[in-house]
Amino acid sequence: MGASKAGLGQTEKPPQGESRARLPERDRPWVMRTYAGHSTAKDSNALYRSNLEKGQTGLSVAFDLPTQTGYDPDHELSRGEVGKVGVSIAHKADMHALFDGIPLDAMNTSMTINATAAWLLALYMTVAEENGVERGSLQGTTQNDIIKEFLSRGTYAFPPEPSMRLIADTIAFTVDEVPKWNPVNICSYHLQEAGATPVQEIAYALSTAQAVLDGVRPRVPPEHFPRVFGRISFFVNAGIRFIEEHAKLRAMSALWEEFGRERYGVEDPKFLRMRYGVQVNSLGLTEAQPENNVIRIVLEALAVTMGRDARARALQLPAWNEALGLPRAWDQQWSLRIQQILAHETDLLEYADIFEGSHVMDALVEELTEGARAEMAAVADRGGAVAAVPYMKTQLVESHRARVGAVERGELKVVGKNVFTSAEPSPLQEGEDGGILTVDPDVEQGQIAAVQRWRSERDQAAVDAALGELAAAAADESSNVMPATLAAARAGATTGEWGATLRAVFGEYRAPTGVADAAPAPEDDALEELRDRVERVSEAIGRRIKILVGKPGLDGHSNGAEQIAIRARDAGMDVVYEGIRLTPVRIAATAVQEGVHVVGLSILSGSHRELIPDVLEELRAAGADVPVVVGGIIPRPDAEAMLAAGVSRVYTPKDFEVSRIMGDIVDLVAEHNGVGAHAA
Amino acid sequence: MPLDARELGRRLRERDRSAAPAVLNLIEDRSAAARGRAAALLAELSPAALGGEAPAHLVGITGPPGAGKSSLLSALVPTWRGAGRTVAVLAVDPSSKRSGGSLLGDRVRIEHDPKDDGILIRSTATGGRLGGLAAPTREAAHALAAAFDVVVVETVGVGQSETDVEEVCDTVAVVVQPGSGDTLQFLKAGIMEVPDVLVVTKADLGDVAERARRDLAQALTSLGAGSVPVVAASSVAPVSGIEELAAALDAHRDRIDVPATRLRARRLMALGDFVAEHGEVALRALGGRREAERFLCTLDPGLQAPALVSALRERASRERAPTS
Ligand SMILES: Nc1nc2c(ncn2[C@@H]2O[C@H](COP(=O)(O)OP(=O)(O)OP(=O)(O)O)[C@@H](O)[C@H]2O)c(=O)[nH]1
Ligand SMILES: [Mg+2]
Repeated sequence: MGASKAGLGQTEKPPQGESRARLPERDRPWVMRTYAGHSTAKDSNALYRSNLEKGQTGLSVAFDLPTQTGYDPDHELSRGEVGKVGVSIAHKADMHALFDGIPLDAMNTSMTINATAAWLLALYMTVAEENGVERGSLQGTTQNDIIKEFLSRGTYAFPPEPSMRLIADTIAFTVDEVPKWNPVNICSYHLQEAGATPVQEIAYALSTAQAVLDGVRPRVPPEHFPRVFGRISFFVNAGIRFIEEHAKLRAMSALWEEFGRERYGVEDPKFLRMRYGVQVNSLGLTEAQPENNVIRIVLEALAVTMGRDARARALQLPAWNEALGLPRAWDQQWSLRIQQILAHETDLLEYADIFEGSHVMDALVEELTEGARAEMAAVADRGGAVAAVPYMKTQLVESHRARVGAVERGELKVVGKNVFTSAEPSPLQEGEDGGILTVDPDVEQGQIAAVQRWRSERDQAAVDAALGELAAAAADESSNVMPATLAAARAGATTGEWGATLRAVFGEYRAPTGVADAAPAPEDDALEELRDRVERVSEAIGRRIKILVGKPGLDGHSNGAEQIAIRARDAGMDVVYEGIRLTPVRIAATAVQEGVHVVGLSILSGSHRELIPDVLEELRAAGADVPVVVGGIIPRPDAEAMLAAGVSRVYTPKDFEVSRIMGDIVDLVAEHNGVGAHAA
Repeated sequence: MPLDARELGRRLRERDRSAAPAVLNLIEDRSAAARGRAAALLAELSPAALGGEAPAHLVGITGPPGAGKSSLLSALVPTWRGAGRTVAVLAVDPSSKRSGGSLLGDRVRIEHDPKDDGILIRSTATGGRLGGLAAPTREAAHALAAAFDVVVVETVGVGQSETDVEEVCDTVAVVVQPGSGDTLQFLKAGIMEVPDVLVVTKADLGDVAERARRDLAQALTSLGAGSVPVVAASSVAPVSGIEELAAALDAHRDRIDVPATRLRARRLMALGDFVAEHGEVALRALGGRREAERFLCTLDPGLQAPALVSALRERASRERAPTS
């Protein structure tokens, strides 16, 4: 073992420019952002200003779910969601308020917006225009990756084909009109949250990029295409296995360059370089001993910053308490400080690529590259990313199940969750707010009144005409929807009107759930035992236990609900899985019509306080006497209130043993049907 | 306290659709006590009690997995509702052989207004019965026929296994997607019975759909079944062919002798249940399938499936008694 001379002490600095290790000049740090926004535009504006004051160098806008899915605050499906996971933006005046006092020509704004990206971009451009800022100077990103919405995140609005066309339209439009804008940010981030392995993450993201590029190619002049290629950026995840995660980024960059050269004939190295932003993993953050999450976040941030050749262009870090609820300003500040310390205190930015020449890193990259090539071929065999959505979804559901199973069995160790669980109470949660942010429930009423006032005060004839133009542009495949969208934004149309106009032309859509094709679980004793119990209780009550699994509201994060649905089937239950975006009325009607014995609901968006009582109420109104269990990110006081209101069980991220939950549900059904002890 | 079974039956007979879920719960209940009550319930819905066959149109929608059956129903249901007809859908999915559980995924694919009480969707699992309909599904279809105008049974079927649907329904539509040649081969080889209506889905895909439609129509003509309609339909925008399909289903219903079809269905169903319960040995005791069918034809046309099964059982034990 050769001791390193550099060791801990200072080494002597060689003269400038001669070192192979040191850069002549310290690198500029990446763009530092915090994913932020909640309640009204005014509240979020105040938050942005204070974040910028603290040294943040870009903005990352979180929109609420109605805005993301194209509904106004007064739509039935918006209930409980207005201003929850992000800011509510219904029209151009909201957008003006959001950026009040922030110079758009000097800002780099990233918007997590997908199905309605064309619309929010148009609102942003309208604000710039009305403030006298040149379009050409706007910098930022619209996420605009619909495939991962079908696969994981669930905030889609239209069927796949027209959704892909909207993406192509925004790219074709911005490449000339807003040349510094990143019109799409292909996300592997959410694939990892949905269970993707590093290989799947690379393969599915690159396959998606291919589908986007193939879609836009016929819509731009060929000489512009290399620039289009250069405008594609990525949004990547970084998990706790931080060495492998770093290798993943190197593999992805290499494949992207190869892709550009070989498939699209791009030659300019400037356009071939993979540009990506990162949000590190939220999936692995724990509810138990939540202070440990800070350490996880630091390590994950290292994964995407330590090697110069594959360093993130922009970084946003989650807060330590994301498994508990919404983070407060202080929590976000703490995460920003992690970035600042990494960039400004450590020596990270002083060196050339520290992994260059590492055999281990090279081999790891090679392994991932080969795996990703094979998986991309599997997607291509199924007709490319759009046609292969059901295939990819099923693969992700399977990977996620493997992961959940490994955590459950203790094979994948998570400190504080399945090992080293004995701990002191966390002082971080002692404050009156329980360590999280609660959105004022009056925000929704306020926004409803505001949008109704807006509609009554604008020039209705101008709006109607603009929406008519929009419908015509949408119906004509060869035209670009962006100009009509901009005109509607200027005229004062609302997010819900834009969405409804396009829904009328494009139709509605429900993405595949991936659960039906998931292979049966590997056999083990616990599962056998569970099946026996299901069998016994089913015999005793006369019918096989039937469970309804669904997600009320607009929250599209269906991974948890899917795992419950599959496990219930593997345990021998009949499972009605209704997927996402269910109204309480629909849940109640389904429960009654299907004659289920138990209803399982999952909510991660914070709207449980409104929606769960609504569901209970609708079930009562429909005459359904059926127990309800709820899972999600649910703060303890809320859980207690729900139990008092008639919910039978509440599960939070710390309940990671799915088998236990299943056993619990069997007991509940037995008890509710009066076949208690002897059966279960 | 359990709901009075006869009362439930009466309510359904009087077209009180809100009784339907409880009726289905009881029909699906396999416990001995429930079977007795279910028989009482079904008696309330027999042709004798109804004063004739149940008025609904029983429609079977079957075809290979993923052919687009549920999506087609998303488009058909509003068409029927628009014409003022109430609709019940029984969506059948396979049970897992290993766990006995199932994921019932059709409901989520059938777009409908949950506030509309003129629509009922019920998902059921095959419960291990190979390639066909579980007894409760068949009973359910006949029970719902008393209270709904259209009762649809959606099942996965390829080749031979849709025969059960045929026994239950007045009209069977086989649904295929363009580009899959299986159905064409099955038809040509005579493995598959000629359906009442053939539907080629995903017509929005253009040429491939039209080609599939032509090939199937040709195959039918060469089988001497040129009068069977082959409809091309798209369930996604631009939606097409749905009105035509609805009309083709109605036209078939108008052509057939409904009481005779239902009577035959009840008898075949009883025979199926009998064999499922007692096995091929018992069937041999009756002198084989054809002999058993002949025996069933001698029985009171008003009898319901459970009574018919009892009659078969008695006869089988009588036949077997002397030899044992
Ligand atoms: N392009 C197109 N796709 C369709 C059409 N109908 C159905 N699909 C798609 O085909 C797939 C299967 O549709 P389903 O309606 O679930 O098919 P199914 O026959 O009910 O499937 P199973 O019940 O699982 O056997 C889905 O992805 C639908 O979106 C259509 O008319 N056109
Ligand atoms: Mg189906």
